[in-house]
Amino acid sequence: MKKDKTSRTPVSQQPFEVEKPTDTNTIGGTVSIEINGEKMHVPLGTTILEACKEKKVHIPTLCHHEDLCVAGVCRVCVVEVEGFKTLQAACAFPITSPIKIKTSTPLVRKARRYVIDLLLSEHYGECYSCIRNQNCELQDLAHEYGVDGYTFGHVSKPTYEKDTSSYSVIRDMSKCILCKRCVRTCIDLQEVGVLEAIDRGDKTHISTFMEKPLADVICINCGQCINRCPTAALHANDPSDEIWEAIDNPKKHVVIQTAPSPRAAIGECFGLEAGHSMTMELNTALKRIGFDGVFDTNFTADLTIFEEGTELIIRLKKALVDKDASVKLPQFTSCSPGWVKYIEHFYPEYLDNLSTAKSPQQMFGAIFKTFYAQQKGIDPKDIVSVAVMPCSAKKFECNRPEMNSSGYKDVDYGLTTRELAKMIKEAGIFLPEMPKSHFDSPFGDASGAGLIFGATGGVMEAALRSVIEFVTGNKTEDIFANANILPLRGFEGVKYVELPIANVGPVPEILKHLVPSWDFLKGATLKVAVAHGTANAKKIMEDIKAGGKFSECHFIEFMACPGGCIGGGGQPIPTTPEIRKKRAEAIYGEDSSLEMRKSHENPHVIKIYEDFFKEGPCGHLSHKLLHTHYTKRGKFIA
Amino acid sequence: MESTIMKKERKGLVLFSEYKRGEGIRKALEVGRENILFELKSSKLKGRGGAGFPTATKWMLTAAAISEEKFLVCNADEGEPGTFKDRVLLMEYPELVFDGMVIGGYTIGAKEGIVYLRGEYEYMLKSLEDYLEQMRKDNLLGNKILGKKDFNFDIKIRLGAGAYVCGEETALIESLEGCRGESRNRPPYPVNTGYNNRPTSVNNVETLASVPHIVLKGGDWYMKVGTDKSSGSKLFSVSGDCNKPGVYEMPWGTSIRELLKVVEAENTKAVQVGGASGICIPESQFDRKLGYEDAATGGSIMIFNKNRDMLHILKNFMEFFVEESCGQCTPCRIGNVKLLEGVEMMEKGEFTFDYIEKLKDLGSTMQVASKCGLGQSSPNSFITILDNFKDEILNKRGNGAA
Ligand SMILES: Cc1cc2nc3c(=O)[nH]c(=O)nc-3n(C[C@H](O)[C@H](O)[C@H](O)COP(=O)(O)O)c2cc1C
Ligand code: SF4
Ligand code: SF4
Ligand code: SF4
Ligand code: SF4
Repeated sequence: MKKDKTSRTPVSQQPFEVEKPTDTNTIGGTVSIEINGEKMHVPLGTTILEACKEKKVHIPTLCHHEDLCVAGVCRVCVVEVEGFKTLQAACAFPITSPIKIKTSTPLVRKARRYVIDLLLSEHYGECYSCIRNQNCELQDLAHEYGVDGYTFGHVSKPTYEKDTSSYSVIRDMSKCILCKRCVRTCIDLQEVGVLEAIDRGDKTHISTFMEKPLADVICINCGQCINRCPTAALHANDPSDEIWEAIDNPKKHVVIQTAPSPRAAIGECFGLEAGHSMTMELNTALKRIGFDGVFDTNFTADLTIFEEGTELIIRLKKALVDKDASVKLPQFTSCSPGWVKYIEHFYPEYLDNLSTAKSPQQMFGAIFKTFYAQQKGIDPKDIVSVAVMPCSAKKFECNRPEMNSSGYKDVDYGLTTRELAKMIKEAGIFLPEMPKSHFDSPFGDASGAGLIFGATGGVMEAALRSVIEFVTGNKTEDIFANANILPLRGFEGVKYVELPIANVGPVPEILKHLVPSWDFLKGATLKVAVAHGTANAKKIMEDIKAGGKFSECHFIEFMACPGGCIGGGGQPIPTTPEIRKKRAEAIYGEDSSLEMRKSHENPHVIKIYEDFFKEGPCGHLSHKLLHTHYTKRGKFIA
Repeated sequence: MESTIMKKERKGLVLFSEYKRGEGIRKALEVGRENILFELKSSKLKGRGGAGFPTATKWMLTAAAISEEKFLVCNADEGEPGTFKDRVLLMEYPELVFDGMVIGGYTIGAKEGIVYLRGEYEYMLKSLEDYLEQMRKDNLLGNKILGKKDFNFDIKIRLGAGAYVCGEETALIESLEGCRGESRNRPPYPVNTGYNNRPTSVNNVETLASVPHIVLKGGDWYMKVGTDKSSGSKLFSVSGDCNKPGVYEMPWGTSIRELLKVVEAENTKAVQVGGASGICIPESQFDRKLGYEDAATGGSIMIFNKNRDMLHILKNFMEFFVEESCGQCTPCRIGNVKLLEGVEMMEKGEFTFDYIEKLKDLGSTMQVASKCGLGQSSPNSFITILDNFKDEILNKRGNGAA
């Protein structure tokens, strides 16, 4: 078994590393086994569950999750293995010798049924009033095993008080079945470590440090635990009632912005396979629901590229030309609010490295309540701004007290993909049948660069598409075919790319007042890196702390969620590596189908600098509205 | 603190027979690994912690595992209700336990031995540490033990935190690593992947205490006592309704009736063999023999006379498991609660026979579906008490209730 030195995952929850074969029957690294009498060969170390999957033998599971290490605790996957007196958990049994497996004997079926009966006896809730109705693994199992009554009774009162303290994640432990997926998600996948089993015996429950409310501990609001919870024990803090109220109030002007990742995933909530972008259909649906303006967050993603890119250029110039030692490099991206809270807790000493640029969601919010209000002649107090995000941390972000530089809350409500799908269904709309329509003016459609923000590496790719052209005067296409910067794509945990700047071009008009010439970059090598999931972010941060190669980087993209926003905590459930891959493909596919694929080519962005942020990127007004500051939180819990 | 190590004049067949500190180690180092394993194998010594796994096999597997580092762990968690024989061994015969550990360390190739001491035994810690210090001074621990080059071995003591499940070897290892006491999935087994992911042999105190005798006097000598499947002698912790409770060494194969006589128990209704997780034997079966092949036990013998209420006894056991389950797996965490609820229903006379049968069936499912030995054995008393005392419990209370 591997034990990563930095990981705090208990060994029992880590994946197995299989011993070298000692048995003569295991020649060539494969074992011959029998499943229900049928022979097959499997690679050494394959679990019984995996072997069965290959043989199309369905084994029910609850605590197992593809993204997580093995737990073997729910016991619903038990099977008979010849020679063993007890049943074995298929998910936790690595095959290292020839065995005979039986998956559907009376004993196996009885054990599974009893496990389900026992879970239901302690599970408080009725499916019809439950947020996970029709998308719940416990419900599915009860259905699969024909449960038609409560063999061992059923709790009639909640067993735990709900924890509604967090803007992002609600914990309803009366629905918890103790599969510990959330624990493994938080500690192993994300390496945050907020949740753990507390007490033992019948008092065992999942809780936080000193049983504090979630809002008071080091939770980064990433919602990854929600995505992997098989029941409704964890769910997002849903503002849809308030949003309906605003829509139904004729005095309110309700605008909505949609991020790229929800659009690439929401089809899943309507029964579509993962990997279908529904951008234009969604526009129509939102207008029909009654939103007064439907806008593309990619517009402010493009704006972010200007602001964050300019900030980087200023930092580089200060460091390289002015030899200002106080300038912090590498610059870290700041668009993932889960990451922002992570660094505030875990590496507060590096907050100066974090770009001061707000996330696209918050930038748009600030623009709605200023520029947009002016243009439309609406009192900003009557504007309700909603953001559809793949993310649960965005709910926390929009409620940060500093996010109201216009005098009004930038974004009033953060809505997840799942919650929006529910609203659409409630409005009697079947999304896949909607005709297509465009975003509303004055912001219109945005660039493909903004679009790919949704996948890990996308922010960096978007930034480089512009930086290359700004600095060298050449086309990105001259270096990367079709401007697809492939080394930044894919799901490798940490990516690192070096880009030598051989020659420099003229400084574009919009930046002239900041840098007179690019000469200081001539011959330099731009070093960038990308990490997704905070466990990977931690690797980079530890390397930087130790003065390793990442400390020499200039710019690093961090996303709190595995896969980037497409794997966000507000996305449709379930999530698997395969599903995230398909969502990313949808986003890259949509990008390559667009004419405009670079942020600096977005005419609406150029126009807003002409008309509103007249001092250009990182000017006074943009500093006031589009930039922010952070809080040194640390790990101390009061 | 005054030393808690004391010499009581116990006399016994095997464990309590003559032994001088260090002799077993000396012999072991002389004859070498193969011969130690040979003697152990021919002694047919099985683990005394409850599971009864052959000790020679466990040590062979650990010895064969390839690793730079290996560990020998002495399981002194002694958490099974009604067991206190490991305490006696540690307090009165530390030379047997620690010499056994040194021999074990030498056999499997470990440099470090760890005693996982039950939290409640903290009072012994100082004397045990002093004892180990003396062994170090006498070159029975430390580097080049008894002059044997390349054999370095030392022992440290770690205190448990008081959970019953931490006596289960993989939960014990988790606890040693500073994690929550929860049992691990098997495979892999500790002999391959144990403490700190290293090959680890976990052995009960009594198992280890038997080793020096076997090494010194031979496997055949050991085999002379006991039965074919259960060789040697066993320490029984006898408690409950008898005149002479305490720790007894008796050969395996002793019948319950014989044992009751020795401890002067009268008017006995039932004997719980193997503690809360063991089985309950009624008078009609008192001729059953104590041994792995019949009534197996880690040592706990609880005697109940005719004035005892069996349902009440069962309730105590079930309350114990409801609390002591580590809470990890469904059958044990919730199953034990359901069994306890069933006992409460029977207490009140509010039950159906069908439901009690259902609970027994649930119990037998817990025995095969639970993740570790705790949940696999916790229904034993429920099932055997209900089977053997059906009249007393069900028919009496069930009148009219069904
Ligand atoms: C719930 C549970 C509690 C246990 N408690 C103890 C204990 O207190 N002492 C012990 O030696 N073995 C205990 N065991 C058995 C150990 O898991 C393990 O089998 C034993 O330490 C191995 O040593 P042996 O081979 O010498 O018996 C327990 C097992 C279970 C399932
Ligand atoms: S969590 Fe699942 S089983 Fe429980 S009430 Fe909700 S839908 Fe039903
Ligand atoms: S939201 Fe993220 S940080 Fe918070 S408990 Fe869930 S997984 Fe952990
Ligand atoms: S909260 Fe959800 S994921 Fe966590 S243990 Fe409970 S059911 Fe499993
Ligand atoms: S059987 Fe009981 S003690 Fe063992 S893992 Fe399951 S819950 Fe824990």
